[in-house]
Amino acid sequence: MMFRRTGLSRRRFLQVMGGTGGALVLGLQLPLARAETPSGEQPQNWDPNAFITLYPDNRVEILIKHLEMGQGAFTGLAMLVAEELDAAWDQLEAKPAPGNAALYNNLMWGPMQGTGGSTGLSSSYLQMRQVGAAMRQMLLAAAAARWGVSASSLRTEQGRIYNGEQSLSYGELAEAAQSQAIPETASLALKDTKDFIYIGKPQRRLDLGKTTGAAVYTMDLQLPEMLTALVIHPPRFGAKVKEVDSEKAKSMPGVAGVVTFFNGVAVVADSFWQAKKALDQVKVSWDEAEAERLDTDAMFAELKGLTQQQGLIAEQKGDSDKAMASAAKTVELEFTTPFLCHATMEPMNCVARVDKDGCELWSGFQMPTVEQMGAAQMLGLKPEQVKVNVLIAGSSFGRRANPVGDYGMECVDIARQFPGRPVKMIRTREVDTRAGWYRPAYYNRVKAGVDSEGKVVAWQQHIAGKRVTEGTPFAEFMIHDGIDHTSIEGAVDLPYAIANTNILVHNHSHKVPVLWWRAVGHNHTALAKEVTMDALARTAGQDAVAFRLAHGTNPRYDAVLNLAAEKAGWGKDLGPNRGMGVAVHFSFESYVALVAEVSVDGNEVRVDKVTCAVDCGLAVDPDVVAAQMEGGIGFGLGQVLFSKLELADGKVKQGNFNNHKVARMRDMPEIAVHIMPSTEPPTGVGEPATGVIAPAVVNAIADATGEYRTQMPLMS
Amino acid sequence: MKMTLNINGTERSVDAAEDIPLLWLLRDELQLTGTKYGCGIAQCGACTVLIDGKASRACMVRAKSAQGKTITTIEANQSAEGQAVTAVWDATNVHQCGYCQSGQVMAATALLMKNPNPDDKAIDQAMSGVICRCGTYERVRRGIKQAAEQLKRNAQAAPGGSHDV
Repeated sequence: MMFRRTGLSRRRFLQVMGGTGGALVLGLQLPLARAETPSGEQPQNWDPNAFITLYPDNRVEILIKHLEMGQGAFTGLAMLVAEELDAAWDQLEAKPAPGNAALYNNLMWGPMQGTGGSTGLSSSYLQMRQVGAAMRQMLLAAAAARWGVSASSLRTEQGRIYNGEQSLSYGELAEAAQSQAIPETASLALKDTKDFIYIGKPQRRLDLGKTTGAAVYTMDLQLPEMLTALVIHPPRFGAKVKEVDSEKAKSMPGVAGVVTFFNGVAVVADSFWQAKKALDQVKVSWDEAEAERLDTDAMFAELKGLTQQQGLIAEQKGDSDKAMASAAKTVELEFTTPFLCHATMEPMNCVARVDKDGCELWSGFQMPTVEQMGAAQMLGLKPEQVKVNVLIAGSSFGRRANPVGDYGMECVDIARQFPGRPVKMIRTREVDTRAGWYRPAYYNRVKAGVDSEGKVVAWQQHIAGKRVTEGTPFAEFMIHDGIDHTSIEGAVDLPYAIANTNILVHNHSHKVPVLWWRAVGHNHTALAKEVTMDALARTAGQDAVAFRLAHGTNPRYDAVLNLAAEKAGWGKDLGPNRGMGVAVHFSFESYVALVAEVSVDGNEVRVDKVTCAVDCGLAVDPDVVAAQMEGGIGFGLGQVLFSKLELADGKVKQGNFNNHKVARMRDMPEIAVHIMPSTEPPTGVGEPATGVIAPAVVNAIADATGEYRTQMPLMS
Repeated sequence: MKMTLNINGTERSVDAAEDIPLLWLLRDELQLTGTKYGCGIAQCGACTVLIDGKASRACMVRAKSAQGKTITTIEANQSAEGQAVTAVWDATNVHQCGYCQSGQVMAATALLMKNPNPDDKAIDQAMSGVICRCGTYERVRRGIKQAAEQLKRNAQAAPGGSHDV
């Protein structure tokens, strides 16, 4: 989800949101008054009260506008505020900001509140610092008035203001500061990098209560009179409810009702177990006239077939046919990457309460504006009648950034049939696994050639799969000339000097809903690019690192490659049946290089160690950066080794972690993370490592065996 | 049916379905929501609690069969091992989204109760049943080793503790 790189302008997004062209959810006017002027374009006078509450007891409560889904948004954004406020770390509390697109919009996206594309920290970097600086200035003004001195004679440290030996805590000045004028943003002097006390240093995380059971996720929310809804989805995408036999279920203890909603049937009861037992007694027959019958094996053959045809041109440089014909050696590789569900640890869920005056929602919403607009549209309410509460999320990996707010809208449709009562809709693991919105399956075929000196002269790539934003309100600005940017990100504008390229796209359509999945298109493009480069180096008889550097066009890209190679002891002999592989990639404005060490025994692959080098600009919290690299590698490793979703005659085979396999403790390598020192602005860290582990592992296997295994996952 | 369970040191009487899993009794009847639902089939370990000191998946244990046993949930994980694990977890930023961490903490606590000095193999064995999609496994592994070290130091420092190491 890389809005910046699509060339999306704010104005364009406004048009989409205000337009009608099938914009199911977003086709409504937003209250845009304050969102018109994102920072970074021109200064805006931020009201610090929207972000910080300073209490007389000296607690500083910071509202975090980006969803905390594990990536460290609470900690990172609070650090920015604390830095300029000169607050003490232990006086800070972080809380999620409610849904309010005018106050809390993503400054890189336009008038929409949302988290994604690894933009949380980078899009807030200036704004949150300005917020902290503004509050500090108001406190200084209040202290100056109290003491009858000029503000410039005062200093601040760790949540106190000093006038020589005299000092006051921020809390003691809270009330007096309220009447001070809010400073003009343009007038705020931000700290020089060398004076940072927090930025660049690891902090203790502020998303607390996760080791004591105290943290409240949507799953844990308790409200008076609350009901629990479990759902039955169609067995195939596109099927509709025909008939429901719910007589027995309705008479069971605690059952409040069995109702239909736009995507199935819900059993609503006083508690989960009552709902579950009743659910097992409901019989639904389905109208499958329009149902999808996709079969994944046949689909991959079809995708391959598509690439025999002329595709849409994503990039064309020079004359790749002529160059290929004159190449001394060529390689040709096919890559398949399957459908994958996000499998968040907290299955999708939502709480909604609907009555005639409005609607209130609770969930770990990644784009609360979507659910706010969607609920308003469904219920015939004004957006301001829909109150959206954002809770911490039991992970997301892109799942909660749904362009039509799928699970939230299901909950609203169910809850409106029980007016006045909060309804917690829970998807069981099986329902959630089969509910769709998967990473789309992709097929890539690359042919590339080197000349007699080992220089890459030609690169031809076919990319086939379903476009992530097809049929969603996001298509209008993500798809250009038929090509979805997420299909080709990482495959065009290669950071290697190659004179003749031809990158072609083949779109495939079906009714299986697809979505961004951590690292999005880079999952298949980094695999195709870095394995092909490795195979070219091998065919040219060159070292894989030296070969890449010889084609390098970007010093930062080359530098992370060098750093990872050096730290990993690149080139050392690992002994029989072991191998070392390298991959490097640019995504989400960051550079990641990985060196993987593997042991191979037939079809069995064990990843022993991964050395990571990352350049993400200034690492605001190096520990969060390291955690995101470790986690990104672990998440990516699951899809390299085991994870896949298959459909047979339109039905999803896998349903739970017994057959949808993910990485576990025993599968994990030792991971060493090295962060490139930088003073460049901070860039993404949540996603950039995820797509790079696959090619590093594949290349390491090739080092051990001489064979490139390019069908994911490696072990079925 | 009426059942009485010893949970976190207190006898709790509940009237619930005969077949209710312990997980849903804890969550819906007793509002002990620290124990999480993740899969319902003992595959993910998010619902790990201690039953008579052993790591158990609450989603697959019938509440009625846990009567007469001692149940400890994340809300009262106050054994020496539990406290050491929690302290190390917080100090080293183990968690990310945190949804699996009740299970990770309880499974790690049970491991250290049984084996005060677990090696990598023991950690793999005890912890591979608890899935973390954020990929915090390496920190969990380091955390267990660090907690084990801390417990050893505590034992040495305590009056009457071993001084010969």
